[in-house]
Amino acid sequence: MIPALALVLGVVLGLTLEPTVPAALQPYLPIAVVAALDAVFGAVRAQLEGIFDDKVFVVSFVSNVLVAGLVVFLGDQLGVGGQLSTGVVVVLGIRIFSNAAAIRRRVFHA
Amino acid sequence: MSSPQQEQQEPRAGGWRRLLTPRLRRVDVAVAVLLAVLGFAAVVQVRSTQEEGPLALARQEDLVQILDELSNRNDRLRAEVNALEQSERELTSGTGTTEAALAEARRRAQLLGVLAGTVPARGPGLRLTVSDPEERITADVLLDALEELRAAGAEAIQLEGPVSGGESGTQVRVAVSTALVDGEDGGVVVDGELLRPPYRFVVIGDPATIESALGIPGGVVDNITTRGGGATVQTGDELVVDALRPLATPRYARPAP
Repeated sequence: MIPALALVLGVVLGLTLEPTVPAALQPYLPIAVVAALDAVFGAVRAQLEGIFDDKVFVVSFVSNVLVAGLVVFLGDQLGVGGQLSTGVVVVLGIRIFSNAAAIRRRVFHA
Repeated sequence: MSSPQQEQQEPRAGGWRRLLTPRLRRVDVAVAVLLAVLGFAAVVQVRSTQEEGPLALARQEDLVQILDELSNRNDRLRAEVNALEQSERELTSGTGTTEAALAEARRRAQLLGVLAGTVPARGPGLRLTVSDPEERITADVLLDALEELRAAGAEAIQLEGPVSGGESGTQVRVAVSTALVDGEDGGVVVDGELLRPPYRFVVIGDPATIESALGIPGGVVDNITTRGGGATVQTGDELVVDALRPLATPRYARPAP
């Protein structure tokens, strides 16, 4: 309940404050958001399977975001930033889909 | 980046109940903060994508390429603008030249029309009326008068006859090719038209000059008087020469550039 409220609070804050993304963060923010989404979907799935753990979630969330940002940063330094971002997004997207499928099976038993 | 949640050591039951039961531990606060950050970041990202368009997310090399393409396109368009402006200037000045040439051509056509007798003319001048009671005024007398009028600077002349009161009889515009021939039974044939006395020249030109030229001793007036005729000169400020000659189209001669 509290995490959902926190999510809504973040959305509301983002809508009301209307901050601009700093130029240094611009390539990383979308990847970080996708990585965090992956962690959240994984957490929801774990919750439904009854194996959720707060600490694991926090660590996976932070490490997901950091690793994704690091990969994109490395790609930028190596001159393949665009391709690597695409790769990261594809991998994370597949994971989100599989997690979403597991959630669907849990919720709808189908 | 595999899901660590699935590697959880001790599975707990009642996931839904735990989710709905508020507890406050440090880890819960961390989870809440992370999710709040996620919502915040997602919204910010969505907004910046909507506001700044796709260019804000493009990578540096893509931006450089886009910039190159844009500046190339800019150069091409600028060159096109220059060429179009150049042709616009040419067309504008060309139109001006054409209009000036057209106006000049019209002016010359009017002047040449006056000389050739194809357009009416008006202006100051005089009327020379020649009566011939003894029928001794022949074509060469009139031709002499005509030459004298031309020499005195007459610019447009028409010859009329017979003149009686307001009637001016047949009118003939006098031009370069005008020919005067004695009629078979009196009168003078001017360009094929038979004119009978009294004749009248309607002349446009400087009245004073022409009048004095006509009146010199042994001149036109004297000559007519000697032949028993009467010559009357009447100057006017606004005479009209409105007899017209048909415009002869030359069959063989073409203007040489």
